[in-house]
Amino acid sequence: MNILTWLVIIPLLTITGILLVKDARQAKIVSAFGMGIQLIVSAVIVYLYVAMRKAGITDEMVMISSYEWFKSLNIYYTVGVDGISVAMIALTSVVVFAGIFASWEMDDLRKEFFISLILLATGVFGFFISLDLFTMFLFYELAVIPMYILIGIWGSGPKEYAAMKLTLMLMGGSALLMVGLFGIYFNSAPDGGELTFNILEISKITIPIEAQRWFFPFTFVGFGVLGALFPLHTWSPDGHSSAPTAVSMLHAGVLMKLGGYGAFRVAMFLMPEAANEMAWIFIILTTISVVYGAFGAIVQKDLKYINAYSSVSHCGMVLFAVLMMNRTAMTGAVIQMISHGLMTALFFALIGMIYGRTHTRMINEMGGLMKVIPFLGVAYVIAGLASLGLPGLSGFVAEMNIFFGAFEHPDTFRRVATIIAVSSIVITAVYILRVIAILLLGPVRDHHFDHLNDAKWYEKLSIVSLLAGIIYIGMAPLHLSDIIRESVMPIVDKLL
Amino acid sequence: MSLESFTIMRHELLLTLSFLVILLAEVFTGEERKERVRGLAVIIFAIVTAVGFLPLPEGSIFGDMYRATRTTSLMKNILNIGTLIVFIQSYSWLGRAENRDRIHEYFMLLMTTLIGMNFMISAGHFLMFYIGIELATIPLAALAAYERFKNRSAEAGIKLILSSSLSSGILLFGLSMIYGTTGSLYFSEVAAEVKDMPLVILGFIFFFSGMGFKMSLVPFHLWTADVYEGAPVNVTAYLSVVSKGAAAFIFIIVLFTVFPVIIATWEKTIWIIAVLTITIGNLFALRQKNMKRFLAFSSIAQAGFFLLGFVGGNQLGMTTVIYYALVYIFSNLAAFGIVGIIADKTGRESMDDYDGLYRTNPGLSIAMMLAMFSLAGIPPVAGFFGKFFLFVAAAEKGFYVLVTIAVLNTIIALYYYLLVVKAMFINRNETPIEPFKSDSMSKLGLAICLAGIIVTGFASGIFEMIRNLSYGI
Repeated sequence: MNILTWLVIIPLLTITGILLVKDARQAKIVSAFGMGIQLIVSAVIVYLYVAMRKAGITDEMVMISSYEWFKSLNIYYTVGVDGISVAMIALTSVVVFAGIFASWEMDDLRKEFFISLILLATGVFGFFISLDLFTMFLFYELAVIPMYILIGIWGSGPKEYAAMKLTLMLMGGSALLMVGLFGIYFNSAPDGGELTFNILEISKITIPIEAQRWFFPFTFVGFGVLGALFPLHTWSPDGHSSAPTAVSMLHAGVLMKLGGYGAFRVAMFLMPEAANEMAWIFIILTTISVVYGAFGAIVQKDLKYINAYSSVSHCGMVLFAVLMMNRTAMTGAVIQMISHGLMTALFFALIGMIYGRTHTRMINEMGGLMKVIPFLGVAYVIAGLASLGLPGLSGFVAEMNIFFGAFEHPDTFRRVATIIAVSSIVITAVYILRVIAILLLGPVRDHHFDHLNDAKWYEKLSIVSLLAGIIYIGMAPLHLSDIIRESVMPIVDKLL
Repeated sequence: MSLESFTIMRHELLLTLSFLVILLAEVFTGEERKERVRGLAVIIFAIVTAVGFLPLPEGSIFGDMYRATRTTSLMKNILNIGTLIVFIQSYSWLGRAENRDRIHEYFMLLMTTLIGMNFMISAGHFLMFYIGIELATIPLAALAAYERFKNRSAEAGIKLILSSSLSSGILLFGLSMIYGTTGSLYFSEVAAEVKDMPLVILGFIFFFSGMGFKMSLVPFHLWTADVYEGAPVNVTAYLSVVSKGAAAFIFIIVLFTVFPVIIATWEKTIWIIAVLTITIGNLFALRQKNMKRFLAFSSIAQAGFFLLGFVGGNQLGMTTVIYYALVYIFSNLAAFGIVGIIADKTGRESMDDYDGLYRTNPGLSIAMMLAMFSLAGIPPVAGFFGKFFLFVAAAEKGFYVLVTIAVLNTIIALYYYLLVVKAMFINRNETPIEPFKSDSMSKLGLAICLAGIIVTGFASGIFEMIRNLSYGI
């Protein structure tokens, strides 16, 4: 069997395993074990992929296999990967692995928690390996719906409201997306012949421009909702702040990337002419996302809200870079997805751990935590520095590529947009440093916090696995960007 | 009648035979053994269902008044499956003391309606069609009033008989106009004579309204909620699933075979009715607290989704209608089954009573969640595939606006289906429903439904088989 299919089977087996074991302690061991194997399989896939490219295989997608499903509609279960999806798979398995350890001490309904979490992961993995729009859409919805249960049961604050808002907005996005997919499907054979959902086959033909004009906005906005496109980002702050730690990690770290990934892999790749025509609208919206998200983060007092708004800003940057339609910016967009995925997962993990100790997320109620919990404090600082783009960490590589690529564009409009968007870096520095100063430095403000315990082994494991990724990308960016650059080419070629 | 005509009418004749067997069994069992009729009826009906799947010779008898094709046979089999599940689900409810002396009536009445539906689906002549529809409706009114000692049930029966006789009257009036313009009631002859002229259109609209009553489409839906709430849960399940499915089947057959010439007219009508039905059904369902009323309004919205398969007159449309009916049978019967079990054990029917159900009855809650997801069209359960393909069918003919309205409506629907999930999994409750064990027959019914919910989607063979038996205009 194709190794990619294992990425879907292993989580399903893990879920079965969790169902079979008796108590909750075993459940978490089974999940950790299953996701550990998943991590190894992902590493093997990355290795195989790099080996294939070294061997000189230049196919757009590799490791393809295809099984017939609904014959009369020409729906296949088709999987395959290129550099972009391989990178996303690696990201997902790291974040899921870290997420399992970050929720090691769940108290209520633990079995159900891990089942829902891994089901969500199944959807994400399936999405990234799918080459058939139908299966891709199926996995997309499969990834969204467990969020409702996860936030609703294990969340905090106004969780019922947040869960409902998030689910309905994301499913609303997927409803638009569905219409877009129908448009693509029914125009996939303009010269007669068989209609298809296969991305590679559709990319070879040109969808009639009238159809593109209709269905590009549906598809792009549909994915954009998940990618926190302004003004459809409002689910994100509420959802992330109410979600339990591991869910915030997975959601901001991975699930939001489904939006960015889909936006260029489906919307722009398959409908390039309309993408070019309408890019200006979305460039304006994403520029607003980038700057507005950053400003939003400045005024928040709740750690999770700060990070949620910063996610809006950073994910906006992904869509912004994608719309610049050149190789450098696109590569930057993918690196940004990976970098932000690791970084924001780390942030949410740390926030969860700090909250577990101090029982507050309000920054003005805390202070001087660096003295009490140095491990968590240092990790927070590193994540913060990555977020504001310090060289040597992953954020720098991503933002450098994005803004360099964006400014490369000769178009004045795009340059102006770039200048505006670049300003977000400064704003990011303001809110990151502000949090670090208030939260970690200075005297310990509340003497209840004098004797907090520092990170336990499973928390350290979770943190270190994410930190390793951030530092690795920052120190050796070419390993990642080489994989991505080649795979970005077919998409960029179609857009020019 | 030759032997062959017996095999052609296999479904109807077997049902009539089972009807007689139950009647005799009732006469020959003593007072204290009446309960055994239940088991007998379920077993007989399981056999009837199984026999229905044997390959069938196609053909027509009674001078083309009755036609049997592989398509009609498929539709009848789907209805049989639904009825079988309803029988199994009714098992423990029928064992109650107050129902004990009327067990045979329940089965006989249900079988009679099913015979009517089978005749309706096989009709090749409007008179046969009309006889079928009446045979299918009148016993249903008696069934709705089955718990006649309850005011609400008696009221439901009266409401159903009055509104359905009105709708039959309207339907007949429409048929008379069609007869007046075409000079025949045979489907084949009417189809050849139908032209785009005012009287035919008027006749068609009356016919449409009559069918609208049976399928409970907006604006002919007002009887639905009261009848569904008042009737016993199992009868409601039957009404909302089997009865509605049969109406959808015959409606699509008549549209595709008798009225293909005036497709331009009925396309627009159905477009409007579909939007109204889906939207209004959804908006009313939002506010319901009683689970039966809630499912009643959600089933109105679901009927609107069926219309998406009608609108294009394409083969894919018919396929998806039949396929969705199958999916809908499993999903809705699972939902009604659970509501029935809980009402049976605890007498509680309000959505607030379901608060915290997961903590006390996890199995039932998960089953209910799957049923809700399937009704809402969430993967990986079958409802997702059903809805997706219905939308594909409408999009194939270019009805993108309709599809967009429909997909946005699925979000409203998702909201209220999630409310049930929220009640069971998230809400806390001081006095939750106590943990209880359901009896084995209820479990069996639920297990069949859940297996259907999961398998029907992934097993593409089912869809392909239906596709091969469907036709377009």
